[in-house]
Amino acid sequence: MAGPPRSNFDAERMLAHYRLMTRIRAFEETAEAALKAGEVKGAIHLSIGQEATAAGVCANLRRSDLIASNHRGHGHTIAKGASPEAMMAELFGRATGTCQGKGGSMHIADFEIGMLGANGVVGAGILIAVGAAQGVRLRGEDRVVACFFGDGAINRGPFLEGLNWAKIYALPVLFVCEDNGFAATTRTAALSAGGGPDVRAQSLGIPATIVDGNDVAAVDDAARELVQRIRAGSGPQFLLARTYRLKGHTAADAAAYRSAEEVAARQQDEPLGRCAEALKLAGIEARTLDEIAETARLEMAAAAAAARAAPWPSRELAWSDVQDVGAPLAGAR
Amino acid sequence: MSTLSYLDAGRLALQQEMRRDPLVWALGEDLGRGGVFGQYKGLVEEFGPQRIVDTPISEAAIMGTAVGAALVGTRPVVEMRFSDFALCAVDELVNQAAKARYMFGGQGRVPLVVREPSGMWRSSAAQHSQSLEAWYTHIPGLVVVAPATPVDNFGLLKAAIRCDDPVVYMEHKDLWAVTAEVDEAAEPLPLGRARRVRAGRDLTIVTWSGMLRQVEAAAALLDDRPSIEIIDLRTLYPWDQEAVCASVEKTGRLLVVHEAVQTGGFGAEIAATVAEALFGRLKAPVRRLGAPRIPVPYAPPLEAVVKIAPAQVAEAARALVR
Repeated sequence: MAGPPRSNFDAERMLAHYRLMTRIRAFEETAEAALKAGEVKGAIHLSIGQEATAAGVCANLRRSDLIASNHRGHGHTIAKGASPEAMMAELFGRATGTCQGKGGSMHIADFEIGMLGANGVVGAGILIAVGAAQGVRLRGEDRVVACFFGDGAINRGPFLEGLNWAKIYALPVLFVCEDNGFAATTRTAALSAGGGPDVRAQSLGIPATIVDGNDVAAVDDAARELVQRIRAGSGPQFLLARTYRLKGHTAADAAAYRSAEEVAARQQDEPLGRCAEALKLAGIEARTLDEIAETARLEMAAAAAAARAAPWPSRELAWSDVQDVGAPLAGAR
Repeated sequence: MSTLSYLDAGRLALQQEMRRDPLVWALGEDLGRGGVFGQYKGLVEEFGPQRIVDTPISEAAIMGTAVGAALVGTRPVVEMRFSDFALCAVDELVNQAAKARYMFGGQGRVPLVVREPSGMWRSSAAQHSQSLEAWYTHIPGLVVVAPATPVDNFGLLKAAIRCDDPVVYMEHKDLWAVTAEVDEAAEPLPLGRARRVRAGRDLTIVTWSGMLRQVEAAAALLDDRPSIEIIDLRTLYPWDQEAVCASVEKTGRLLVVHEAVQTGGFGAEIAATVAEALFGRLKAPVRRLGAPRIPVPYAPPLEAVVKIAPAQVAEAARALVR
C-alpha cells in the first residue's frame, strides 16, 4: 500500500529511515529471542510494527533535544541515538548496560543523548516530559521535548494534567500518541469515551495532527512541521500516529485476543515493508535493502554477543545511587 | 537575630536560597497569592511568575513536572498545600522521584523538596489533618524532614533545598504562628541530626514536629520527677540513631511520642532499633505513644481523643519510672 513516490521524495532520507527502522526491528527480534532463551529476564514490550513513529519523529530532533518514553521504548531510544550495544547489555542485566543493569528494559535512559527514561508506569512520562520542558525554559535553553505514549495512556490522569499544563505555560513539547489500538491486552476503543486522543488534545486548545503512523515519510513530514512550529514558539503540539502492535503487550503475551487473520492483514501494512516498497519504486535495488537489513541483524547479534560476554554488575552496585543523605551502607539492613 | 514565626522562617529560608541559586524555584496552588498559609507571601513580586509558579489543582502534575524539571538540573520546591493532597501524587513521588537516580544507574538526580503541611490544626477533620511521615521513611531514595521550631524550619529548609536527593519536608500547621529568635545569617542545619532539647537522667523521650511542644509541656508538669531527656528527631530519614541510643544508654528508658497513628508509625522503628541495640541496658520496656488507629474526627471533643495531650505523656513517663 505504498502508493507512488511523492514529488518531494528524498531517497537518502528514506534510506536513513529504513536503516534505522531495520535496526530497531533487529534489536527487538534479537531481544525477543534472548528472552525466550532465558538470557533476558523480566518483561519486555516490543514495538515491532510501530518503528515508523520513533524514526519519523526523532529524525526531526537535535541531539540536545529531549525525549521521554514509555514501557515500549526501545525504538524511541535507538532513534534518539542511544547505543544498541549498551541497551542490549541493559536487557541482559550487565554492568555495561545503559543503567549498569539496574533498570532493565522498562527503565532504559541515556541522558547523554537526551533520553530521559522509559517508564514502567503508563502515562508517567508525560509529566516528566512537560516538567523537563519547564526546566529547559527556566534554564534559558532552546530545546524541544518529545513525549511518546500510547493510546492506553489517554485514560490516565497525567494525560489531562500534563496536556493542560503544557498548554497554559506554552511549553515546547511535542506529544506523540502512538495509537496501536490496544491498552495492554484490551482494545482501547471499548474503554475510551469521546472522539479519541486528538479530540481530547484539541479540547485543551492543543492543535492535533493525525498521521498514518506506519508511513515513515508521513510521520517525518508531520513531525518536521510540528517541531518547527514548537521551535518558533507555538507551545505544545500533538501528533496522533495510528499504527498497530504486531506482537503482544509483552513479549510473553501470545495476543490470543485477536485473530490470526487480523494480524496477517495488518502485517501487510507494517512500516518496514512499506518503506522498502517506496524505496524500490524510487529505484533502490532490493539487494541494497536486503544488505541494510542484514547489516542491522549482524549489528544486533554482535550486541547480544557482547552483552553475553559482559560482566554482571558487582553486588556492591546494588547499594549505590540510592541517595546521598542517608545512603545505605553496604550490607546494612 | 530577629524574632520570626515558624512560617516566616520557612519563607525566609526559601527566599535566601532563591537569591543564592537561580535554578531554585517553587510551584504549587495559589503561590502567586502567597500560598494557602502565606508561606510564599511577597516572593512572586521578587522572583516573578517563572520562579514562583501558580499551578492548577493538579497534584500529580505539580509533583511529576517537578521530577522532569529536576532531571534537567533545576531545583524545584513543590508545595502540596496539605500533606493529605500529596496522596494524589504518590506515583510521581514514590515511583518516579525516589527511584529515577537508581533505576537509571546514577545518570540523573532529582533534587526536589516536597513541602507537605501536616498534622492536626483548627479542627480540619480526616482529610486535612494527617501525619503520614512513616510512609515516606519506608521508601528508598527519600529524605524525610519534620522541623519543630522556627530555627529548625529555617536551617532545615535551606538544607533540604541544597540537598541533591528528593526531600519530603513536613511542616506542622499548628506551628505556623510559633515564634523564636532566628539567626538570619545561619548556615543550613545538617540533615539527619537530632537535637537534645532538654537534658535528663531517668527517661529519654524521642519526638518530632508538633508533638515536641506537648512533650515539653509534659516535662514541665513532671518538674523533674522523673527527670526527662527530650530528643527532637528533626529528620526521620535518615534518623539519628547515634543520638537516640546514646541517650537511652544513659537513661535506660525510652518513650517515643508522635502525633501519627501508633500502629506502623515511625515510633515502631525507633523502638525496634533501640530494643535490638540496647536490650540488656534497658531498665523498662520501650514504650510508644501515638494516635489510635482511627481517622482524625472533626468535633473538638472527638479530635481530642486522637491527640496526645501533655498529661498522657506525663502519665506514661511516670509509669515507666517507678
